[in-house]
Amino acid sequence: MKKLLHELNKGIFIENPTFRLALGLCPTLAVSTSVVNGFGMGIAATFVLLGSNIIVSSMRDLIPKKIRIPCFIVIIATFVTIVELIMKAYFPALSKSLGIFVPLIVVNCIVLGRAEAFASRHGVVKSIFDGLGMGIGFTLALVLISAIREVFGNGTVLGLVIVKSFEPALLFILAPGALLVIGVLIGIVNYMTEK
Amino acid sequence: MPSNNLTVTPSPHIKSPLSARKIMYLVILALLPAGAAGIYIFGLCSLKVMLISIISCVISEVIFLKLRNRDPKTILDGSAILTGLLLAYSMPPELPFWIPIVGGVVSIVLGKQIFGGLGHNIFNPALVGRTFLQISWPVYMTTWKNPKWAVDAISSATPLAKEGARSFSYLDLFLGNHGGCIGEVCILALVIGALFLIFTKIISLHIPASFIGTVMVLAWIFGGEGSFNGDFIFHLLAGGLVLGAFFMATDYVTCPLTRKGKIIFGIGCGVLTVLIRLRGSYPEGVSYAILFMNAVVPLIDRYTKTRVYGISKK
Repeated sequence: MKKLLHELNKGIFIENPTFRLALGLCPTLAVSTSVVNGFGMGIAATFVLLGSNIIVSSMRDLIPKKIRIPCFIVIIATFVTIVELIMKAYFPALSKSLGIFVPLIVVNCIVLGRAEAFASRHGVVKSIFDGLGMGIGFTLALVLISAIREVFGNGTVLGLVIVKSFEPALLFILAPGALLVIGVLIGIVNYMTEK
Repeated sequence: MPSNNLTVTPSPHIKSPLSARKIMYLVILALLPAGAAGIYIFGLCSLKVMLISIISCVISEVIFLKLRNRDPKTILDGSAILTGLLLAYSMPPELPFWIPIVGGVVSIVLGKQIFGGLGHNIFNPALVGRTFLQISWPVYMTTWKNPKWAVDAISSATPLAKEGARSFSYLDLFLGNHGGCIGEVCILALVIGALFLIFTKIISLHIPASFIGTVMVLAWIFGGEGSFNGDFIFHLLAGGLVLGAFFMATDYVTCPLTRKGKIIFGIGCGVLTVLIRLRGSYPEGVSYAILFMNAVVPLIDRYTKTRVYGISKK
């Protein structure tokens, strides 16, 4: 049990995919303009991670080493298609604002990285906790980044205006704001872990 | 301790009486005429922007130095004051009071201290602050105030914006009788300051000359209807070219080390400035051009390394 909790904790804090491993930065930069988007992206990626980790780890002895990457991609793409169709059916607005970045989870380096580095070498139960941990870590990072960007760049939290007279800084909604926020947050995380 | 005076240290020996601190204050001194001109042209509101910006820079520098456990006395080197002054010079004269405050904090914290303080910053801090403001609050940063003796009180575009072009005589542009940023409008005052810096050998002519030269040549070729028809004097006098070329691009920390590198740097700045001015969506490109070239300085330095004496090329 302790080991499983360690796998969970690892993804959230020690090896947080965004702040410690610096993986999956492309969707992080692109969709973190509002908390809703960030959270939606995080949940979608978590689902894919969980699903692909389960299947990859249970099939790890069947997949030939030489063609493992194409096999992983097929498995991941299956789950991405499921997520995409569910999102289109039940959350059309979210699906529209996330746009191309939902199908692009297929090539998300967190998902592929976990399949290659963890699920293909460990048992199913361990892989479930690893996928959950990484997914939660990714979601938390996305929510944190998008909250900062939404508050400063749009003056809102979850679409609600906080202070009427606050004039938002457009920069945080645009690409340079995303890079700045991620850079500063990674700096803070490094500073805190060094201590 | 007399014995200490005889200690022989390995070369290089510092023989110049100039220190970083002295250079900072001399550059501030050279910038003063342009500031005075800005106050004279736009009124006391520009003095307010300058003071707020400098105070904001100095306070954020002191706080950050304390956070990083550095000696807060470092503030006396004047670099924060210079950053604040340059930042104010690249802002319109009439602004809500909090814009220069935010600009100062961004310049010092994001532009300088995060990289490790003076000497470690990749980008010109004042331009980082200015660009941050320009992208964040474009409306405030492009609402220009007319000179106080102008007939109509409606704020107008700067000469570089398309609709404002060509309605100013060269003399108006040279003396600063038009809307613009506080420190960039009066070319006469800037030239006085620049000449002072050149004669005291604080800056060399390599960057400003190649920068301005490139802008003028390219503006002459591509700036008008057809080729070789552009109004290059207009491109020299309008906008922030003179301020940027003499006072911002020549920042010791963020420009290349060798002469050849400096010339490449200046030409790059010039090409980008003209490109943004003529083809970009912003009317003015000096600040973006300098920031962009700041980013490639390490590359330039690497390819213009001078040959070590006595060592063959390969």
